[in-house]
Amino acid sequence: MRLSRGIVALALFFVAMAAAPLFLGDYPLAILILVLFAAYLGQAWNIMMGFAGLLSLGHALYYGLGAYLSAALFAHYGISPWLGMLAGIAAAVATGSAVGALSFRFRVGGVYFALLTIAFSEFTRILFDHLHWFGSSSGLFLPVTGRAGADLVSLRGPTVMFYYLLLAATAAVLLLSRILLDRRIGYYWRAIREDEEAAQASGIDVFRYKLAAVALSAGLTAIAGVFHAFYYNNLYPETIFAMGRSIELMLPAIIGGLGTLFGPILGAFVLVGISEGLTSLTAGLGIDGLKQLLYGLVLGLVVTLQPGGLWPWIALRLGLRGAMR
Amino acid sequence: MTAAPLLEIVGVSKHFRGLRAVDDVSFSVERGSIVALIGPNGAGKTTVFNLIAGVHHPDTGSIRLDGAEIAGLRPDQACNAGIGRTFQIVRPFGGLSVLENVVIGALRRSADVAAARHAAREILSRLGLAEKETARASSLTLPERKRLETARALATGPKILLLDEVMAGLRPVEVDAMVGTFHELSRDTGLTILLTEHVMRAVMALSHHIVVLHHGQKICEGTPEAVARDQRVLDSYLGAAAPATAR
Repeated sequence: MRLSRGIVALALFFVAMAAAPLFLGDYPLAILILVLFAAYLGQAWNIMMGFAGLLSLGHALYYGLGAYLSAALFAHYGISPWLGMLAGIAAAVATGSAVGALSFRFRVGGVYFALLTIAFSEFTRILFDHLHWFGSSSGLFLPVTGRAGADLVSLRGPTVMFYYLLLAATAAVLLLSRILLDRRIGYYWRAIREDEEAAQASGIDVFRYKLAAVALSAGLTAIAGVFHAFYYNNLYPETIFAMGRSIELMLPAIIGGLGTLFGPILGAFVLVGISEGLTSLTAGLGIDGLKQLLYGLVLGLVVTLQPGGLWPWIALRLGLRGAMR
Repeated sequence: MTAAPLLEIVGVSKHFRGLRAVDDVSFSVERGSIVALIGPNGAGKTTVFNLIAGVHHPDTGSIRLDGAEIAGLRPDQACNAGIGRTFQIVRPFGGLSVLENVVIGALRRSADVAAARHAAREILSRLGLAEKETARASSLTLPERKRLETARALATGPKILLLDEVMAGLRPVEVDAMVGTFHELSRDTGLTILLTEHVMRAVMALSHHIVVLHHGQKICEGTPEAVARDQRVLDSYLGAAAPATAR
């Protein structure tokens, strides 16, 4: 009964999200797009850290590979972003697997693994600064044509098109996470997260399952990068591969609840909500950095009061257990 | 016990930076038997376990399970070959439920989660943990954790179960309950067990055969009665414990 209550609540949530563009103007819709970007990326990152216990501080790397490859292929050859997406996913999966294989083969774990993910992300940023095919440090731009109609094939269209694409992607990753957690791979990931040695003694090939988590998380992150490229139309290595992006990308899952299914989505709403709320609150005061200061304060407060994230706390009060975890 | 022994350890040695942790040790474990590996702290018991379970690889010697060489396998490969082990310091998956812990073990045999849950529940009830299945593993008492550790190892469907001091830290009543559980397991399923243990009361009650290690070497082996009377064993290890076993 509790299970069906959770499903009903979730269905209502997605129906409300799907109906939102009918009632919202372009600006609120653009903010909801920020929420969906954050929710989707939080979910993708959560697969590695939340499920398998692998801390990545360099997810901007996979995001950037997806963005740059699809954008460059489109800008230079007019190749559909969907094909570019495949290239981006392939590059992200290959890079993630290489970082993972190197680390896991030489038993680099915990914070050292995290440092390695930063290193690879930073290398790539510097590399892209010098690659002319990708526009180097002066940026790569996509031709902006009239956004009257929605052209799904080449991802040229109005804000609302990107809104629905991201909503569908977010729902798809939620479903995928649910399915994977219920299968052997989900159990094995959680075993590895809890105790790698005991997991291995239970017959789990930890190398293989850790690599699977990295590859999946990297590939999904690349997809968001593609949407970013075609939504914003401009790419700079300093912003795409920024360390700050890697950190921002983890926050929804941490604030919402690591390893939970709905946590990253809730976290995204809370984070973008706080950020936008503070912007309008502090805009009139004209004090530089006040917004960032308050933002940090609120995050600190949430993490101190609910170290397990907001979603487990809310789910308990809603009487949701099991299905939505 | 017609065929060759289930587990054969032949001339196994392991050095750690000049320390001879295990020195040319040989023994075997017959199918369906319960064998105890005893000796003072630092005798090399846990190292022998780790060699069998693939945590360490022997410098020399051979370890055969059911005729197949398993020395040099990784721990997960050793588990897949039929080694189920518990850890001396219990390592439950603390954030997961008791049932999930055992399901993870059972998933080695079948990728089907429903089947694994069914198998896990059977094992939990056998080990008296059925009522705890929804509890978080980290909330269990020590005796319960030891049982959970055993349940998880059993769930992998091992040919031989390695128990590393599962009685340590238990009160005598709890030790007797554990001994009863292992007797039942051995009787009902024909499971082969190799255990290390300091609790002589459990060793004497359970084992068909005892192997005694001292400074990494095997100094004696035989039936519990024979070992308890052996002078070298009394001198090195049982000296203080022997009177206690007479109770």
